[in-house]
Amino acid sequence: MIISANILTILTFLPLLGALFVLIVPGNDELALNNMRRIALVTTAITFVFSLVMWAMFDPTSADFQFVQDYPWMGDVIGYRMGVDGVSILFIVLTAFLMPLCILSAWGSVKIRVREYMIAFLILETLMIGVFATLDLAMFYVFFEGGLIPMFLIIGVWGGKKRVQASYKFFFYTFVGSVLMLLAMMAMYWYAGTLDIRVLLKTDFPVDMQYWLWLAFFASFAVKLPMWPFHRWLPEAHVEAPTAGSVILAAILLKMGGYGFLRFSLPMFPDASLYFTNFVYVLSVAAIIITSVIALVQDDIKKLIAYSSVAHMGFVTIGIFVGNVYGVQGAIFQMLSHGIISAALFLSVGVIYDRMHTREISAYGGLVERMPKYAVVFMIFTMANIGLPGTSGFIGEFLILFGIFQINTWVAFGALLGVILSAAYALWLYRRVIFGALEKEALRAILDLDRREVAVMAPLIILTIFFGFYPAPILDATAASVDALVTQYQSVISTVVPIDAVTN
Amino acid sequence: MIEAIVFFPLVGALIAGFFGGSIGDRYSEIITSSLLVVAAILSWIVFFQVGFGGEAGPMADPTKVEIFRWIQSGELDIRWVLRVDTLTAVMLVVVTSVSALVHIYSIGYMADDPSRSRFFAYLSLFTFAMLMLVTADNFLQMFFGWEGVGLASYLLIGFWYKKPAANAAAIKAFVVNRIGDFGFALGIFGAFLVLGHLDFDSAFRSIEAVQGTTISFLWGEWDALTVVTLLLFMGAMGKSAQFLLHTWLPDAMEGPTPVSALIHAATMVTAGVFMVARLSPMFEAAPISMTVVLYVGAVTAFFAATIGLVQNDIKRVVAYSTMSQLGYMFVALGAGAYTAGIFHLFTHAFFKALLFLGAGAVIHAMHHEQDMRKMGGISRIIPKTYLMMIIGTLALTGVGIPGTSIGFAGFFSKDAIIEAAYALGGYNGQFAYWSLVIAALFTSFYSWRLIHLTFHGKPRASQEVMAHAHESPNVMMVPLYLLAAGAILSGVVFYKVFFGDFDSIVQFFAGSLVVNEQIIDDAHHVPTLVKWSATIAMALGFVIAWYMYIRRPDAPRRLANQHAYLYRFLLNKWYFDELYDAIFVRPTMWLGRLLWKGLDDRIIDQGIVEGLGARVKDVTARVVKLQSGYIYHYAFAMLIGVAALLTWAIAAGGLLG
Repeated sequence: MIISANILTILTFLPLLGALFVLIVPGNDELALNNMRRIALVTTAITFVFSLVMWAMFDPTSADFQFVQDYPWMGDVIGYRMGVDGVSILFIVLTAFLMPLCILSAWGSVKIRVREYMIAFLILETLMIGVFATLDLAMFYVFFEGGLIPMFLIIGVWGGKKRVQASYKFFFYTFVGSVLMLLAMMAMYWYAGTLDIRVLLKTDFPVDMQYWLWLAFFASFAVKLPMWPFHRWLPEAHVEAPTAGSVILAAILLKMGGYGFLRFSLPMFPDASLYFTNFVYVLSVAAIIITSVIALVQDDIKKLIAYSSVAHMGFVTIGIFVGNVYGVQGAIFQMLSHGIISAALFLSVGVIYDRMHTREISAYGGLVERMPKYAVVFMIFTMANIGLPGTSGFIGEFLILFGIFQINTWVAFGALLGVILSAAYALWLYRRVIFGALEKEALRAILDLDRREVAVMAPLIILTIFFGFYPAPILDATAASVDALVTQYQSVISTVVPIDAVTN
Repeated sequence: MIEAIVFFPLVGALIAGFFGGSIGDRYSEIITSSLLVVAAILSWIVFFQVGFGGEAGPMADPTKVEIFRWIQSGELDIRWVLRVDTLTAVMLVVVTSVSALVHIYSIGYMADDPSRSRFFAYLSLFTFAMLMLVTADNFLQMFFGWEGVGLASYLLIGFWYKKPAANAAAIKAFVVNRIGDFGFALGIFGAFLVLGHLDFDSAFRSIEAVQGTTISFLWGEWDALTVVTLLLFMGAMGKSAQFLLHTWLPDAMEGPTPVSALIHAATMVTAGVFMVARLSPMFEAAPISMTVVLYVGAVTAFFAATIGLVQNDIKRVVAYSTMSQLGYMFVALGAGAYTAGIFHLFTHAFFKALLFLGAGAVIHAMHHEQDMRKMGGISRIIPKTYLMMIIGTLALTGVGIPGTSIGFAGFFSKDAIIEAAYALGGYNGQFAYWSLVIAALFTSFYSWRLIHLTFHGKPRASQEVMAHAHESPNVMMVPLYLLAAGAILSGVVFYKVFFGDFDSIVQFFAGSLVVNEQIIDDAHHVPTLVKWSATIAMALGFVIAWYMYIRRPDAPRRLANQHAYLYRFLLNKWYFDELYDAIFVRPTMWLGRLLWKGLDDRIIDQGIVEGLGARVKDVTARVVKLQSGYIYHYAFAMLIGVAALLTWAIAAGGLLG
């Protein structure tokens, strides 16, 4: 069927087509602006539908890449290679799912340069889906780095007061990392003679070489994710980014780092991954504890959530490098779930920012009085962020901690401290913003969620709770590929050191 | 049927929560309460079917109803399953009965509150979570219910969100419980590591095979089951407010009084007791853990009772009493007399809910006054409430005649525990026994002190309050009558199957928890003086209270002045709040600021990143001077940069390939 054969191409480039349409809409009056918004919304919505079609056609029992397209491009060096497996497919769905919500959330709040804004987001979508869909290392690099540019612009043009510093810091951090990755990619090409990811996955790189390659990729992914202490760009970028920018940043862009670890570091450099495992554990636990403690004392809502994101990503890196089924599946789940929850949290902040134009926690208090619907929504996502069972936030954290406990109880112990701290900072935030008496004069006329905002929040709430009770769709889709990945990883590393057998 | 019991409250919660605004508060109340009443009636039916169904032998299989899959990953296969055995059935009865009565009572108690729909939605949500907890068939579903009741408790403690004290108490409850859950979670991971399963039946079957094996946990090698059970018990300590993790419970009294009755007396706080009973096969195989449970229970029973002696807030007295009684239950569990612990849980639910709701009626009558120093002399004004409080007190203090079947509910269950502690013998048993006997004396004292201060003597409230003091409406009084019936009868009626004779117990519980013949038998044959000890302590407490608050009303003040330090030590709850604030809360906040400003901002951001020659600042500084309109130029430059880099990459690759 023509659609199934080309679905990844359609998904990747459909937003670009939409961008083109936005570009050619004539005029700049209100009608034209609305048309641009509508084009963007319709494009992203169709893309989302296609992503669901792909998910429906996806064979979860197979660990192979599916919907593969492979055309020679520049000689046989770079090919137009596309394909997804259980690790990558749901990131595409997540991206496609969040995009319409982002467009919708910016409907009224973005008033300047609407055309450019929509174009930037649509291009960004193409690049993000491309990252997860491509099977060619060079194309991966283009998509991976290309995403920087629209994001840089989104922060730099539509951001807050210190947007320029923030966008440069963002760019600088991620760029340094990616240069190293580029060098590593070239080295891999020289060794393996191809940039085809499927071939590279089966290539045995010499152990000495693996260390360097691993570190180079690590530089890029650790910044992207971000891992402590390479996270410093994130709080600023989030604080300054417009709402939808923060959503995409937290929900999708960060996940590219985790995806990179899973696609490249673990399967291609297994010996190095094993060698650096303890190093990753230390950084991850440090991330969880340190950033959680820092989140406790923040006075800016967005910064608090940004630090909380870093802590949650700490769980992801633990899960990935545990290298057993629980850890890896938990990490994927945690990334997807965090994609939904962090998106929702930043959208929630956006709601009150649009009304009050401040992110200072102390400027709020007692909102429940005037905004009961908002209070419910924010409560649900606060609880999801804490990882309450029954929300999607629990499943990933549970599987990761479950996986690590089988291997290293110290890491489980340290990471679980973060679970206590997350309750403290999240509830403390909630209390200061939502609860208490409504005493601030400026808040007296604040309005509750309007219908558009409810429409944006509702799907996020439904998914957060649905996947909390019934995570099977995600776990089933990822199971076969994760199993293959883990089996391969364990078989390689077990020739190096005996793995701790589960004692029972 | 079990589906109806569990999900009716959820349905009620959803209706009241999401449609409360459109259907109105009155309908929210009626719908949630009716659903709960139905669930309670069904629970009693289940209780009699399961517990007294007749032929069911000792190892009869529990009923299990699978709802749907939950988490499948690797060898992990966790499903949502409703499990019903006798232990669950006992809890079902306790939870739904008290919850139904509290729902009804709240219709009167909360009548003036503007957000009643929200209140009833929370109450029903709590009930649902609690039912999921007690019907859990695996560790993880129990954990779901566990944290779910924590959420509901948080929401209800902070129900009056304008009160800063209520908000603080809500967060404290949640976070302290999370500390317990930290252990619980580790315990779950450990249980799988050691036993290979997370569903109870399979896990319990593996116990024998792993007894005596060790696991490495943190810095050492430990006995596997001991580590796992101790970690799990940490969760129980948090939820049941045991010594060291108890600080949240008294503060939780900031919530509305019906909440205190339901969550912080009858049901949620007993979840820890339920957990240990449910996992009794594991605890049985870990003697060290059993001893820990015993000591924690004994210390809590004594410790909480000492604080209860001097508190002035009527609800706090009852709260400390709850904590102390929970300690009793844990002593029973630690002594291996699991059924005695569950028995006390069962009877305690009735008389403690009665006391709390009665206290609520007093508070209601006294115009929202909770300080007993401003009460007194109202026994004649609200005689029905007075009678109910007396019944509750008689049940709590355990009035009855040893050696006969005459007595209030607490008499049977509490004496069973004290006898079991004595029967355990040895140093541990002696310690627990004496702690409980002394605690019984204190219990009697502070309970009668509460009665005297509240109802007897001269009125200390203002004339205006006294003039308006009135009996509560029937919607509040009828639940009290029903609970009073439970407080009188639940002991004598069910003594036989909980702690009477071994065969009845075994038949009743049908393998749903461990029944040790030895300890039950020994407890029945303790010396007569031991049998009487609790009653003597109780009588002594009564006499002292009478002397100090009726005969010589100036005695308490004199005593407090004579022992000022001791008095203040008790009044300030052994200074635990201050201690924790000093060693946990403040240092954490201080550390947060240090890490943020020091490590994150100064060292990582300004130090390393710039120090490494990145010169972000320089670039940034120059850029900032330009207007943001120029940003396109920079973006464009960057685009060219990436493109150039890419071309080079392709070219390099192409040339070499």
